[in-house]
Amino acid sequence: MTPARFSISRFILCGCSYAVVLLMLLLPLVLIFTEALRQGLHTAFSTLLEPDALAAIRLTAFVTIIVTVINTLGGIAAAWCLTKYSFVGKRFLIMLIELPISVSPVIAGLIWLLLFGQEGWWGNWLTAHNMQIAFAVPGIVLATLFVTFPYVTRTLMPYMEQQGRDAEEAAFLLGANFWQTLWQVTLPDARWALLSGILLTTARAIGEFGAVSVVSGHIPGVTETMPLHIETLYNGYQTVAAFSMAALLALCAMSTVVLRTLFENSFRKQPS
Amino acid sequence: MSVTLQSFTQYAPGSSRKILDNINLTVEDGAFIALVGPSGAGKTSLLRAIGGLSPVYEGHLLIDGLPIGHSDLPKRKTGFVFQNYALFRHMSVARNISFGLDVLPRKHRPDRADISARVQDLLDLIQLPHLAHARPDQLSGGQRQRVALARALATEPKLLLLDEPFGALDPIVRRTIRRWLRELHDKLGLTTILVTHDHEEALDIADRLVVMQDGRIVQDADANTLNAYPQTPFVMQFLGETLEFAGEIQNKHFIPEDTDVLPFPVTENNGKTTVFIRPSEVRFVAHKGAAHILSQTRNPNGLYHYTVKTTQRTLDITTPVITEHAEDEKFGLDISQGKIFPNIR
Repeated sequence: MTPARFSISRFILCGCSYAVVLLMLLLPLVLIFTEALRQGLHTAFSTLLEPDALAAIRLTAFVTIIVTVINTLGGIAAAWCLTKYSFVGKRFLIMLIELPISVSPVIAGLIWLLLFGQEGWWGNWLTAHNMQIAFAVPGIVLATLFVTFPYVTRTLMPYMEQQGRDAEEAAFLLGANFWQTLWQVTLPDARWALLSGILLTTARAIGEFGAVSVVSGHIPGVTETMPLHIETLYNGYQTVAAFSMAALLALCAMSTVVLRTLFENSFRKQPS
Repeated sequence: MSVTLQSFTQYAPGSSRKILDNINLTVEDGAFIALVGPSGAGKTSLLRAIGGLSPVYEGHLLIDGLPIGHSDLPKRKTGFVFQNYALFRHMSVARNISFGLDVLPRKHRPDRADISARVQDLLDLIQLPHLAHARPDQLSGGQRQRVALARALATEPKLLLLDEPFGALDPIVRRTIRRWLRELHDKLGLTTILVTHDHEEALDIADRLVVMQDGRIVQDADANTLNAYPQTPFVMQFLGETLEFAGEIQNKHFIPEDTDVLPFPVTENNGKTTVFIRPSEVRFVAHKGAAHILSQTRNPNGLYHYTVKTTQRTLDITTPVITEHAEDEKFGLDISQGKIFPNIR
């Protein structure tokens, strides 16, 4: 039996957390949707069908798909290397992988500008060969890649660490080759952790603003992703359009988060 | 399938410490041998090396007279059962067992019906015919152990390597599975190498025991030879309770330091030495010393336990032999059945 005063403090604590969550997290969401729907559902939808808006949605989808695929493959490779083998400089590599989490996205964007921009290290060479990376789609992809790189690796690593090498050695002794072991033994066993990492990467890739803002150059209809387009619309006093786009973005992000929570639950239910 | 190791040496990763030191071992086709020794003796390392899990070594490892990895060597004739079974957690029992067949290249792979028939045969063999669709985490330890064995047997190996396969099982299941495994070995004509730290288990199941210590093979012999002629005090101590008596050899007689222990003739040369003896081989000789019995009990397993006090020390002796000596009677200890190891003091 919990003494009465404990249940009172528990009640107060829970109440406070609820208040904070409602005020800080739920209220902005509600606000976004009310602002978007102020002039009705039809108006909100029609702003999303403007050519620039469609271009932004298309670009965001394109960048997200590329980035998620590349970072999933790279993340699996990195997590595999870092957990199943020991080699010189392993700690340093782990530190490097975590760098994008700690470094401000704006700096991530600046790095690419310094490398590929007109004044940058390789700028002249790129111009000479008629290639455009900064202020173009490749730059946006690179910036998003950098920012979202750690997520698959970091969600996979703890799970793979705990997996150990036994099952893989058993597969090898039963005659499986490297790819059969990876696809049939290691990854299916880590599937929930992997899915969770992929969804996290997706959510971050859809919403990335800072790094993309620096490298993209904000060219409407060409290099504007959804978050950038929202800023442009808002600065141009097109409130309904801005909030409609924001609502769409929030829906995408929320559905990935909900999916991720569902996966994590079934992952936890899996007895070890 | 025979296994031969010649001057086989393996180092700990990134150091000059030897995990396996100059191992010479021959396992004939059809033999059942046990690698025994304390933890850290190198048993599991040796087993993993034979299984091909240790790519870096010095010396030679021959399977059926051919170097391991030789292209002529038919692949996957080795079944390996891990200490913790290493079952694939996300696959059903049936998928676990058929894994070795599923990953075969298409031209060698039996068709689906043959594979499931083979899985059913193996499930019958391990006496779990109804558990094909269960997940490994729904099984008990003994069931998992048998599934791991079935998985290793699915590809019809000729060589079976077992790493402490009975470690996590309770004594009754242990004995049953042990006997069942031995029958299986004989029925399928396997060559089996078993790692265990339990010498009684090894004596019970294997034809031959390979005793290891600090990465070396100390003695390689059958149970009777090991008992009658242990090569070192370690082998003798490992195989059972041992008493030690220090003393000196003078003119072909062993003179114990303990005055209540009787001298006896030996063939070794003069010098300090130690006699090693099984407690049951010690005899009490009346009126020849000042030793006496402090207490005696009869253990539930039928053995007698004596606490014997000599002038210098107190000894615990467990023996099947009953003595007629009363508690206050004085006697001497006859240890002439004991062993002297020439190079051990």
